[in-house]
Amino acid sequence: MEIPYTATARPDTGLYNGKLGIWLFLASEVMLFGALFSSYILLRVGAPVWPHGSELLNVPLATINTVVLISSSVTMVMSWASLMMKDFSKYRMYMGFTILLSFVFLVIKYFEYTSKFSHDIFPSTSTFYAIYFTMTGLHGLHVIGGIVVNAYLWGPGNKMWKSDPQRFTNRVEIAGLYWHFVDLVWIFLFPVLYLL
Amino acid sequence: MSLKAFHILFIALSVLLSIVLSALALYQFTLGGSGLNLVWAVTGIGSAIGLIVYGVRFLRKLRDVSFL
Repeated sequence: MEIPYTATARPDTGLYNGKLGIWLFLASEVMLFGALFSSYILLRVGAPVWPHGSELLNVPLATINTVVLISSSVTMVMSWASLMMKDFSKYRMYMGFTILLSFVFLVIKYFEYTSKFSHDIFPSTSTFYAIYFTMTGLHGLHVIGGIVVNAYLWGPGNKMWKSDPQRFTNRVEIAGLYWHFVDLVWIFLFPVLYLL
Repeated sequence: MSLKAFHILFIALSVLLSIVLSALALYQFTLGGSGLNLVWAVTGIGSAIGLIVYGVRFLRKLRDVSFL
């Protein structure tokens, strides 16, 4: 039995199965990060004093990471657009850049974390650092998840392009939606933790 | 919502972030901050303009792709 609407959109919803699935998943992710952002607000409002992130955290490094993630979202959408234009070699190039930029983000994050640990700063140091490590750590795990999916689509998973190009293009779009969500979380994390 | 629509939303929020970053740096500069704050402010405005130009070009390039 063939499963319907894996490649083409269902006429009444205008969505194929994968897109509906990823949006349901992203809705659960919104609740997860929403709970953490709410916790942050409640902790901050309830605290007698709250440190300014810009005085404790490395803002230039975080700014570079923001630029890196915005660039990676551009290369991600370009890889999808390349498939829409039937240009597979450009897809490989742009997806490769996306994976590379994701690693750059993680390397910068590694330096940021190790700098904190070398100064004996851990999640248990203060409430601020607890929420900082929790939120950026969870975000980092999502970046690693994105790398795994994108690397699969860049490498072994791209065989589908020959057998079912429309479905493969849809898969890249779904991975792109997830990646944009991860980037969007950072766009909120950066000012909330580092600037305010 | 397609990747095209989500990307435009993401770029719009990035523009907003650049403007906020620029405004904060300019505020620090007016309070007697260093010249580096002014550099941050100009860079923020520059990246906001760059992102707007990119967004418009992106929309033109993918005008045949659905927002759904």
